[in-house]
Amino acid sequence: MSYPSSTSIVVENATKAFTLRYHRTFKEVSVAKMRGQQISDTFKALDDVSFTVEQGESIGLMGLNGSGKSTLLKLVNGIMKPDSGKVLTRGRIAGLIATGAGFHPQLTGRENVYLNAAVFGMGERETNRKLDEIIDFANIGKHLDSPVGNYSSGMYARLGFAVAINVDCDIFLADEALAVGDKPFKRKCLEKMEEVRNSGTTVFYVSHAAGSVRRMCDRVLVLEEGRLGFDGDVDAGIKYVKYDSDDEDKDDDELGADI
Amino acid sequence: MAESTRPPVDHVVDAPLTSPAATQGLLEVFRHRYLLKLLVRREISARYSGSFLGLIWSYINPLSQFLIYVFIFVLLLERDRTENFAIHIFTALIVVHFFTETFNAGTRSIVRNKALIRKMSLPKEMFPVASMLVSLYHVAPQLVILVIACVPYGWTPDVLGMLAFLLALGIIMLLGTALALLFSVANVYFRDFASAVGILTNFVRFSVPMIYPFTLVEERFKGFSEYYLYNPLAEAVLLVQRAFWVGTTSDPAATAATELPDHLFTRGLVMLAISALALVVAQLVFRSLEDKIPERLN
Repeated sequence: MSYPSSTSIVVENATKAFTLRYHRTFKEVSVAKMRGQQISDTFKALDDVSFTVEQGESIGLMGLNGSGKSTLLKLVNGIMKPDSGKVLTRGRIAGLIATGAGFHPQLTGRENVYLNAAVFGMGERETNRKLDEIIDFANIGKHLDSPVGNYSSGMYARLGFAVAINVDCDIFLADEALAVGDKPFKRKCLEKMEEVRNSGTTVFYVSHAAGSVRRMCDRVLVLEEGRLGFDGDVDAGIKYVKYDSDDEDKDDDELGADI
Repeated sequence: MAESTRPPVDHVVDAPLTSPAATQGLLEVFRHRYLLKLLVRREISARYSGSFLGLIWSYINPLSQFLIYVFIFVLLLERDRTENFAIHIFTALIVVHFFTETFNAGTRSIVRNKALIRKMSLPKEMFPVASMLVSLYHVAPQLVILVIACVPYGWTPDVLGMLAFLLALGIIMLLGTALALLFSVANVYFRDFASAVGILTNFVRFSVPMIYPFTLVEERFKGFSEYYLYNPLAEAVLLVQRAFWVGTTSDPAATAATELPDHLFTRGLVMLAISALALVVAQLVFRSLEDKIPERLN
C-alpha cells in the first residue's frame, strides 16, 4: 500500500503482545513445572491498531491506564517493533520521551546536553547552534557546569526537557510528561509545545488531561484494552473517554496535571 | 478551539516513510559515529571523574600489575629459561587485558544502558562497540609503559613488528566485539551470562603464552601444540611478542626463529578472517534477538 508524501505516521494492523513471566530462576521454574503451574503467559498490549497521521496533525492519544498508550508510543518511536502489522514514520522523531536519557550523574550539565542531543540524532554543529536556546530554556544558571548528580530533581528534569523540546524534529512525541517541574516551567513547556505544533510538526501527545488535549490537539485517538476505540474529533473523543465530567480539572485546563 | 487559532503552515519533510526502528546493525553504528564518540568519552571521563589522579590511574593499574609479575616470576621464581621474562609477560598482559575488558564490559553494556535503550530507538550494537573502544583506549597507557620498558634493552620498532601488533589488535577488536555482542544480548535474557563471562575470562590469561613461553608448550604437547595455536588469543599474544619482546632479546632473529611458531603472520591473517566471520555470525544472532530487548530490560 502506498501513501501520499504528506503522510507522517502510518500504523497498519499493529499488534504487540508481551510475555508475562511468573517465574524466572531455575528453582522457581522447576517448582512451578512440578506443580503444573503456568510459567508464562502472554497478553496483547496492542491489538490490530490501524491509523494514519498527516503531517502537521496533532494527535491526542487517550485511554485508561494499561490501555496500550505507552506501547503505541514506543512503536511509533521505534523502540519496539510490532509483532505483526507495520509502523512507518517520516523524518526525525523527538519529543518529551527520552528526557534525560543517558544523563550521566558524574558529568556536567553541559556535557550531558551534548550527549542527550546526540541521542536525539543531533550533530555537534547543530547542538552548538541550539546550545544557547537550550541553556536559556533550562534556566539552571551556574549549575550548568556542575555534575548533574548534584542537581535537584526539578533541575534535572528541566535540563532534560530543554534538550528534548529544542530538537528540530518532524514528529514530536510527548508522553504524560508534564508531571514534573513547577508551574511556570510547565507553562513554558506547553507554550513551547504549541510553538512546535504551530510550526507544522506532527505532534503525538499522550495525556489523561482533557484540558491540555483540547488545547494542543485537533484529533483524538482513544485506546481501549489495546484496541482503537475512537478516532476523530477532540471533544467527541474526550466525551468518549468520559474525562469531560471531571470537576477537579481547574488546574488541568491550564496545563495538564498529568499523572 | 485550537484549530481556529492555528495558522496553516506547511512543514515539508522530504524523508522517506520508513520503519522508525533501527535495523542496519553495525553499519548503523558507523552512521552514529558522533554519538558513539560521546558515549566512549562519557565512559572514560566518568570512570575517573571525582578522582584526584584522574587518568593517571590508567597508568598506575598496568604498572602495578607489571611490577607484581616482575617480582614473582623474575625475582622470586628466577625463571631464567626465557630472556626478559618480565617483558614477555607484559606483552601478553596487554592483549589479555584488552580482551577481558572488552568481553566483560561489553557483556554488561546493554543492561547497563537500559535507561537509554528503553527510551530511544538506537542501534543497540552501539553499546558493545563502545565498550570495545573504551578498552582499546586503555591499551594506550599500557603501550607507553611497555615501550619505556623495552627501550633499555635495545628495542627499536621495526615495520614487520608493528604490523604484527596491528594484526593482533585487529584480531582482538573483532573477536572481542563479536563475543561482546553475543553475550550482551544473552545477558538481557539471563543475567547469569555476566557472571559466567567473569569466570570464563579467568581462564584467558592461562590459555596464552604469558607466564610460560610458547616453547614449553611445543616441548610438552609435541604435535598437539598445533591445537594450542588454534586459540586466536594465543596467536594475538605471540604477534605482540613478535612486535616487542623479540626485539629486546640479545639476538632477535634467533629468538623469532626458535621461540615463535612458524608461519606466524599467515596464522595471524587466518585468525583475523575467523574473527571477522565470528563478528558476522554474532551480528546475525544479535539481530534475531534484539527485538525483545526493550521488554526484557526491567
